[in-house]
Amino acid sequence: MAKPMEKITWQELEAGSVVTEIGNARQYETGSWRSERPVVEARQCIKCGVCWLFCPDSCIVKAPDGHFEADLTYCKGCGICAKECPVGCITMISEEG
Amino acid sequence: MDKFSVFSSRLVDKSENFTSGHRACQGCAEALAVRHVMKALGRDTIVAMATGCMEIISSPLPLTSWKVPWIHNAFENPSAVISRCESGMKAMMRKGKIPQKKINFVAMGGDGATADIGMGPLSGALERGHDMVYVCYDNEAYMNTGVQRSSSTPWGASTMTTPGASWKRTQKKNIVEIMAAHRIPYTATANIAFPEDLERKLRKARSIRSGLRFIHLFASCPTGWGFAPADAIKISRMAVLSRAFPLYEVEEGERYTINSGGDAPVYDYLRMQNRFRRLSDGDIAMIQEHVNREWERLNRKARG
Repeated sequence: MAKPMEKITWQELEAGSVVTEIGNARQYETGSWRSERPVVEARQCIKCGVCWLFCPDSCIVKAPDGHFEADLTYCKGCGICAKECPVGCITMISEEG
Repeated sequence: MDKFSVFSSRLVDKSENFTSGHRACQGCAEALAVRHVMKALGRDTIVAMATGCMEIISSPLPLTSWKVPWIHNAFENPSAVISRCESGMKAMMRKGKIPQKKINFVAMGGDGATADIGMGPLSGALERGHDMVYVCYDNEAYMNTGVQRSSSTPWGASTMTTPGASWKRTQKKNIVEIMAAHRIPYTATANIAFPEDLERKLRKARSIRSGLRFIHLFASCPTGWGFAPADAIKISRMAVLSRAFPLYEVEEGERYTINSGGDAPVYDYLRMQNRFRRLSDGDIAMIQEHVNREWERLNRKARG
């Protein structure tokens, strides 16, 4: 679908409930579900990629200098990365305020 | 091994064939499982998926998280649909209507779709010997409709249909043994806390080109089991380390290889989850006894 999801009317949906565009769920930004966000202490990061390995939303990306960061557009704030980080350089910070 | 080996991420494929933007709960280990399965299988894959959490979260019309051809089936159908798909594509290749290519035909279903409802069609597909991979992701209940018991729910677990103190009093169905009894080329158990092992098993399943290959994939569920989303990987790992869910492979239904160790008490695994909170220490001792017996049985088979 070239159009954003909100603009599509029911007449434009394809017959037989077929979706012809691959991976277009990226339009749906799950980051708004979050109540806590992961913050990475880049100096402590050993660039191992364990957070990337265990992110259910595949939202961890590699920053230009090699350490890993969460893409907050999709991060649901589950806290798995903070729990599994071998050096403990990720902390979960509340989104309020 | 409380924390994960930092080397493992280098053994894992970098491609993403299951995109972000799916609507799984926070800390969903199954979404992570599907992500790793799709990494290992690659883009030349056709997936048929049974009704269940993964179907609901990944394909709300008009969006899809999949980067491969994907079809949604009713509960019992994925193995039947993908076996016809495989036969059809093979016939088209033979007649020269589409170019010759190696395609992975994959059926996926939850524990309910595999061990309960889809058992008959799956057994049929096994008998016909289609070139396909079946991935059963097991979260030990019907989570999609609100945590009803399945035949894969373990002894002692509370669910909506076995609530509170009237927890489930029958054992978990051993689906891997049923599959191995069909003498299929490859059967394996995998766990999401060991992704490099999971991807190795899927690559091995992909490389075998005859007969059905079955992967039983264990994934924890924060919503259904009652624990904090951040603990999802830790609990999956404890299931292996306490031998409640041992990792092993069965080739041709007879050659057993055990891939996991650990001797943590099953108490530590059970006490992390809300669904087992009503069990007394005596009940847990019974579970420990059962786990030990199953582990012994498995070791006997591995010794041959």
